[in-house]
Amino acid sequence: MPAVEFRNIDIVFGADQKGALKLIDEGRSREEILTATGAVLGAAGVSLAIERGEICVLMGLSGSGKSTILRAINRLNEVARGEVLVEHKGGAVDVARCDEDTLRDIRMHTVSMVFQQFGLLPWRTVRDNVGFGLELRGMGAAERRRIVDEKLAMVGLTNWAEKYTNELSGGMQQRVGLARAFATDADILLMDEPFSALDPLIRDKLQDELLDLQRRIHKTIVFVSHDLDEALKLGNKIAIMEGGRIVQAGTAEDILLRPANAYVAEFVKHMNPLNVLRGTAVMRPAASLRREGDAVVLDKGGRVKVKVDADGRPVSLDLDGRAGLLAVADGEAGKIDDKLASDSDCIVAPVDLKLKAAIELKRHTDLPILLVDNLGRLAGLCDDDEIYRGLLRRLDG
Amino acid sequence: MYDWLTEHKIPLGIWLRDFVDLLTTHGQGFFDFVSLVLGALIGGFTAALLWVPPLLLIALFGLGAWLMHRSIGLVVFIVGALLLVTNLGYWQATMETLSLVICATLVCVIVGVPIGIAAAHRPWLYTAIRPILDLMQTIPTFVYLIPTLVLFGLGAVPGLISTVIFSLPAPIRLTHLGISSVPPALYEAGKAFGATKTQLLFKVELPYALPTIMAGITQCIMLSLSMVVIAALVGADGLGKPVVRALNSVNIAMGFEAGLAIVVLAIVLDRVCKRPERRSRKG
Repeated sequence: MPAVEFRNIDIVFGADQKGALKLIDEGRSREEILTATGAVLGAAGVSLAIERGEICVLMGLSGSGKSTILRAINRLNEVARGEVLVEHKGGAVDVARCDEDTLRDIRMHTVSMVFQQFGLLPWRTVRDNVGFGLELRGMGAAERRRIVDEKLAMVGLTNWAEKYTNELSGGMQQRVGLARAFATDADILLMDEPFSALDPLIRDKLQDELLDLQRRIHKTIVFVSHDLDEALKLGNKIAIMEGGRIVQAGTAEDILLRPANAYVAEFVKHMNPLNVLRGTAVMRPAASLRREGDAVVLDKGGRVKVKVDADGRPVSLDLDGRAGLLAVADGEAGKIDDKLASDSDCIVAPVDLKLKAAIELKRHTDLPILLVDNLGRLAGLCDDDEIYRGLLRRLDG
Repeated sequence: MYDWLTEHKIPLGIWLRDFVDLLTTHGQGFFDFVSLVLGALIGGFTAALLWVPPLLLIALFGLGAWLMHRSIGLVVFIVGALLLVTNLGYWQATMETLSLVICATLVCVIVGVPIGIAAAHRPWLYTAIRPILDLMQTIPTFVYLIPTLVLFGLGAVPGLISTVIFSLPAPIRLTHLGISSVPPALYEAGKAFGATKTQLLFKVELPYALPTIMAGITQCIMLSLSMVVIAALVGADGLGKPVVRALNSVNIAMGFEAGLAIVVLAIVLDRVCKRPERRSRKG
């Protein structure tokens, strides 16, 4: 069961909902619907499943409907048609149709939210702001204080607890917003362009902190952004929206390499692929390599070969009759000891190695990087040529 | 045509008089009750203020001002001003006026703030009451002084009612303004964390609107004070009485002194009601 699932939802702002829905069914555009009915199309035919523990980024220009569908998850926006299923107390609840009590329960316990303009209450101290959700729940002062202090420590604001929010910088205010959202211990976190109002350095720092926190707390995060770099950095899944409709949903790599239409292609054109592309996308697959018995030939002259065992795991390196040194790099960041890397003749790395890490490793060796799958079997090669093509995004040939 | 127009006068005034007559015949019990309650309220307040020895009360006022504002200058001013009023011989009249102002403001807040909140939540309601509020502030006081006199009899109560009619629009308007200017983001933050309507009102809307509502109450106090002379015309005790008497006997000295006492009371109330500096101010 996904944590959040949109099933074919339409959102319309304005009085003539029926008329607008009819025009949506006819496939009319937002402008046509506005002139015909006076209603504004917020979202049309949106279906999307967001799995538990995932960071899903809703991405698009302003007015594309990304915030609109985000706010349907806790019914700050009413849905005209379709279902918004939220995992609440072990079952799926249709937020769009549930009764007031259930909605309130979901808002208090299951879904919490971080706002673009922070949405902090200026007459309350930082501590009372963070405890706001718990206070609404009717929690006693002592227990509230304990939880609030814990969350303040989590976002590094312990020494600011007694200050008023307007005494804090923008970045700190949004940390208060984050702590407030974490305080209710909700499983689903809605973030409506939380870092857009901050300057780039602070934004970058908070993104890192969020990723760091996410590694520890594993929430389901639905994140709205108009910044593609932010989306690619944070999102396990990215949904690109235009005119109230989702035009493409998938992983960052998917969107970068296989844009669904011209709009998405235009969107990703100036994207930096270094942190997005992985070995799998750029490598020359093992199947296409020339083999000599139990060895795979690495160079054109056929003098450099790597021996693989029966399962296909690389075991030794043969440099024109001389044994070479194989070194192993770990993780998608390709972590390796510098000394070991420069001593080695060839580096073995996981297949989901980031392009940036591949360039880093390639500095140490003239031979291609051997990419292996999670069982250690040779999956492909990454040489200069692969890296260049990745950078130029010309992977088709 | 002109003759026809003037000969067939629409009996607007007669209708209203008949309406007031209807009220007096059928609602006398109700108006007597209101009169009794409000009369007791004002009487009680006045008695309480006059029961304390003047010098002790002045000292208490000074202490109160110090606790609220922590300003030596203000305390010196308040104590000096009240001593001046006592010296002029208007202590009792000042306390009677203060009691009338406090009661009028109390009634205005109890009636006006809820109406302002309701109007902020329902735009149609505000559209409906806006002309009434305009009417209450523009219609000459003497016009409704007559029916209130008929309904409530002579004394402090018709004075209080007229004062309330005149000052009520201020708290209603400013409460409406304060509540409807709550930023949508704060409202949504409340909703997103599961606030009920009541919680939204008490934890988001009212705290945000408080400075504006306080401004409305301060205005209400000032407007009430400006009505003391009118109230004196229907028999309310206080600083209005000597002013009216001075006018009738062309007594410049008395008129000036009583007027000065009113101004002093106005300044004192204004300074005391000014919102203390926000603790959250930067720096």
